[in-house]
Amino acid sequence: MSGQGSREAIFPTRMNLTLTKQRLKGAQTGHSLLAKKRDALMNRFRAILRKVDEAKRLMGRVLQLASFSLAEVTYATGGEIGYQVQESVRQASYTVRAKSENVSGVMLPAFEGVRSKEGNDFNLTGLSRGGQQVQRCRETYVKAVGTLVELASLQTAFMILDEVIKATNRRVNAIEHVVIPRLENTVAYINSELDEMDREEFFRLKKIQGKKKRDTEEADAAADAAAQAAAANPSQEEAPGMNSRTGKEERENPDDGVGGGDAGGRDMLDQHKDEDVIF
Amino acid sequence: MAEAMNKRALIATIADEDTVTGLLLAGVGQVTSEKGKETNFLTVQPGKTSVEDIEAAFDKFTSARDDIAILLINQHLADLIRYKVDSYTDAFPAILEIPSKDHPYDPEKDSVLKRVRRLFGE
Repeated sequence: MSGQGSREAIFPTRMNLTLTKQRLKGAQTGHSLLAKKRDALMNRFRAILRKVDEAKRLMGRVLQLASFSLAEVTYATGGEIGYQVQESVRQASYTVRAKSENVSGVMLPAFEGVRSKEGNDFNLTGLSRGGQQVQRCRETYVKAVGTLVELASLQTAFMILDEVIKATNRRVNAIEHVVIPRLENTVAYINSELDEMDREEFFRLKKIQGKKKRDTEEADAAADAAAQAAAANPSQEEAPGMNSRTGKEERENPDDGVGGGDAGGRDMLDQHKDEDVIF
Repeated sequence: MAEAMNKRALIATIADEDTVTGLLLAGVGQVTSEKGKETNFLTVQPGKTSVEDIEAAFDKFTSARDDIAILLINQHLADLIRYKVDSYTDAFPAILEIPSKDHPYDPEKDSVLKRVRRLFGE
């Protein structure tokens, strides 16, 4: 498993294993949080979607009504008022104000129609004829614009939510399909690498143990041979024997030294001791 | 984003004369002497206003000006510059396709409703 798939480029150490496990946990927490966020947004999105659909249809009817009242005005004023209206425009009296609403961390704008209290530019429009119709038409169109503003805020929210949901989906999928497998691969890699190191270490220790055992046996055999030689030829001094005995005691073979210590046996032991020092 | 939104307060219009008249009566029109912001409405007169003019106005209202919150455009005029309307994806200003007196509203053509349909899986 460890060799397959992408993984982080880090050394397989125990510390990195802990760190990677922590990151994996973090990624999993993040994944579930983002999934929750996506669900919340989707909920909202569906509600808005339905409203947009309804509002668009409503808008058709409202504007039809408004057009009809404008036709009334045209009839009442007995001619084109379009020119007159367009020429007298100065300052917008119907503006929108944007406020924002927070849906799980996403700022959704909502427009709000604002009518200024100051007088409008069309006080004199239809002064001669059809003033009443003009005023009524104005009110109808103000209502229609109100509907349009509402629809616009729904539509803007729709656009923004669409965008945000796409981004969130991308993140959720990236974590699910890239980040988490990557971290899992890394953890598996570090684990297998650590196991491998453990096995190597174990093998090495076994090997050393075997070699030590072999050396001990050789030393024992040599000591036995020396003891037999000493038994065959007992006219030896005591002093070097003491030395050889202490040497044997270090090697935890005190019994071997009982037979005595000749010069040859001592030399051999010393040699083996040196070899041990190398290990 | 909040500051950008607060600056946008106007409703721009690209429509035929009747629609523009009605909307102006409601008080959405603004005429200033500031360069590039002379009017926030374009009256399209058949035979007089070319498609290029509509395109230029659309670009001006959507990208050049930063005080437009909503752009209202007649659906039959949006049809003329459909590729531009369909490829427009920004949130601000919001584009609304509205019916005109002579052209009833067709929900099938609306760029937003098309997306809605697609999301509903129809």
